Amino acid sequence: MQLIIESLFNSVAIGSVLLIAALGLAIVFGLMGVINLAHGELMMVGAYSTYVIQLIFKLPILKPFYDIYVLVAIVVAFIVSGVVGILLERTVIRRLYGSPLETLLATWGVSLILQQFVRSVPLAYATGFVVTIFISLLFSTFTPKKLFQGSRGKLIKAGALSTSAVAGVLTAGLLASLVSKLSRASARNVDVTAPAWMRGGIDLFGMTFPKTRLLIIFITIISVIAVSFFLNKSVWGVRIRAVTQNREMSECLGISTENVDLITFGIGSGLAGIAGVAVSLLGSVGPNVGVNYIVGCFMVVVLGGVGNLLGTVIASFSIGLLTDIIGSGRLLTIWPNMPHQLASTVDFFSTTSMARVMVFALIVAFLQYRPAGLFPQKGRMMES
Amino acid sequence: MNNSHTLKGRLSLFIWIVIIAALVSAPSILPVFRLNLLGRYLSLAIVALGVDLIWGFTGLLSLGQGIFFALGGYCAAMYLQLNSSGDFPNGIPEFFGLYGVNKLPFFWEPFHSSLFTIIAIWLIPAAVAALLGFLVFRNRIKGVYFSILTQAALLVFFNFFNGQQKLINGTNGLKTDVTFLFGQLVGSESVQRWFFWVTALLVIFAWCFSKWVVRGLFGNVLIGIRDDEPRIRFTGYNPTLFKTIIFAIAGGLAGISGALYTVQSGIVSPQFMTVPFSIEMVIWVAVGGRGTLLGAIIGAVCINYAKSLISEALPASWMFIQGGLFILVVTALPEGVLGWIQGNGPRNLLSRLGISRYSTTYPKVEIDQTQEIEL
Repeated sequence: MQLIIESLFNSVAIGSVLLIAALGLAIVFGLMGVINLAHGELMMVGAYSTYVIQLIFKLPILKPFYDIYVLVAIVVAFIVSGVVGILLERTVIRRLYGSPLETLLATWGVSLILQQFVRSVPLAYATGFVVTIFISLLFSTFTPKKLFQGSRGKLIKAGALSTSAVAGVLTAGLLASLVSKLSRASARNVDVTAPAWMRGGIDLFGMTFPKTRLLIIFITIISVIAVSFFLNKSVWGVRIRAVTQNREMSECLGISTENVDLITFGIGSGLAGIAGVAVSLLGSVGPNVGVNYIVGCFMVVVLGGVGNLLGTVIASFSIGLLTDIIGSGRLLTIWPNMPHQLASTVDFFSTTSMARVMVFALIVAFLQYRPAGLFPQKGRMMES
Repeated sequence: MNNSHTLKGRLSLFIWIVIIAALVSAPSILPVFRLNLLGRYLSLAIVALGVDLIWGFTGLLSLGQGIFFALGGYCAAMYLQLNSSGDFPNGIPEFFGLYGVNKLPFFWEPFHSSLFTIIAIWLIPAAVAALLGFLVFRNRIKGVYFSILTQAALLVFFNFFNGQQKLINGTNGLKTDVTFLFGQLVGSESVQRWFFWVTALLVIFAWCFSKWVVRGLFGNVLIGIRDDEPRIRFTGYNPTLFKTIIFAIAGGLAGISGALYTVQSGIVSPQFMTVPFSIEMVIWVAVGGRGTLLGAIIGAVCINYAKSLISEALPASWMFIQGGLFILVVTALPEGVLGWIQGNGPRNLLSRLGISRYSTTYPKVEIDQTQEIEL
């Protein structure tokens, strides 16, 4: 009994990290057919925002609120990664619609640049940069379009841009002077320490469940519910689903696919940021933190099929379950006297890396049987 | 049409003269270190040719060519290690002793034979590629799905090779520079010079071979698969077969390339199977010009040479430059440098700048496209 609970908990824990990381990727891939190789780096951006928020909350003024910094970090990481994602969509991906392979290569280039960026630019300045873009995005979204037209339009536009630039420079200067750790560039890994209430574990059924793992599972559940609510109930969700099903037809019906793409990409990137918070709680944060998770996310997307949230959820938990069962060699404990030949095979695969080998083989075998994943999209297109 | 055709012929001829002159003069001009680097980059040109065959001609973007590259490298390294391990305990390579292995693993045995090794270097990667390709293509998995699956396969192979200390020395890899080939130290200067010549000859041979592959009906079907696969299927061809064959050919080329690279860099390790290295192979082809076999060679050699020069001078800037190159080449120069030159790019640029009054007209464009296939 204890064994089953332990196994289930571990697989849910592995699966929930995969799920939160793959959620944004799956939505973006379903909508635009774009594989975003920079998704791991957007997670890294989220993880670094957690680190920055943690340092800010260590300042004397905010010290009393240190316990809730993780919650603030989730919101901030969503916004920061979302802003970076929107910037990426506007500058690169928008130019490449209809050629998914080229997009894949371009996003790889973006991921290289982002990795080197956090290595060689001090985090304070990076924060200032993000603030600048965020404020200018706010200006362009929330001021009426009319203001930017006419004779004074250019002046107002320049004013908005310079305001946001000044805000960014001020943030950067303030952070650099207050927190010395943020004022220097560093390629070293940094550590995010959980506040006191998140350390340790909860004892239940004679076992200990680490609290950080529970929090990650909780964050994942909330995110999945929020995303499915957004997709199914909101106006934009309906539009996103429509474009996912048939882009041309939606465009004919008056849906601005351009805006749908932008919003979806922003939300997908924001979810990567939340995944980054989760990842930062599990280990140290470095420029390569996203790389370890990205291929697992792709496997989830391939296995789950396109444009179906349920498929993504089931796929990540089954990958989590398989990884745990194979990787920990649990089969041997359940069935101690299995034939020797089989036992040595099970033993051979019972490391984390060999479990990955096995899981991949199983996924390829599964694709032989269902090439379009667990829940293939129904359609009558020749291509599908 | 005739005029532009001879012009392109002359351009191609000119590039070849430059390449051959550079190859012949390189050993006497360059210091040994640089010559060795050039030899390594030339061997990378062979894997780039394979990438060009599957991506430029067939439209399959594989992010897992590192698998086949490393397999070829391991074949060569295993032969060299076995060949020079007579003095070690049990007559097996030294590293086995570290993990308490007394008996040679079974799959090492055939690598005692040099004939087997020479065949295995290209046959094993090609067979693995054919198997992997067949399983994927059979289900009509294509586009980004194919790319992701090859990347995952790459990671799987990396994990496997990285974890198996007792079989192939795991993460440390197999060293070749202290081994012996025909009684000569592989890392020595004279042997390295020989490897340079062998590599240069094999690059030219691989180019001729690729040219022969994409010529005629077979090549036309490949291009058809790239441009409109369902139509090829409806015409009565079986795309799975063609894709599997070309993927296997690319795998074999990658294996040869990996073996040459290994003996010249002195070691083969799971680092050959990291994700970034395999994607880099794609960018060499993209910059040189996909669908132009010559472009793959030029791209591989030039980018790697630039990489070594730039990372020596400014280590931090190479990642920015490489990332920028990825973005730039797909957004601004999708046909690559050589494709741009061959596709009247310079003339269009001149006319846009107002220097030349020439401008491309529609029938001209069509004529050029047919020529591109012939080239």
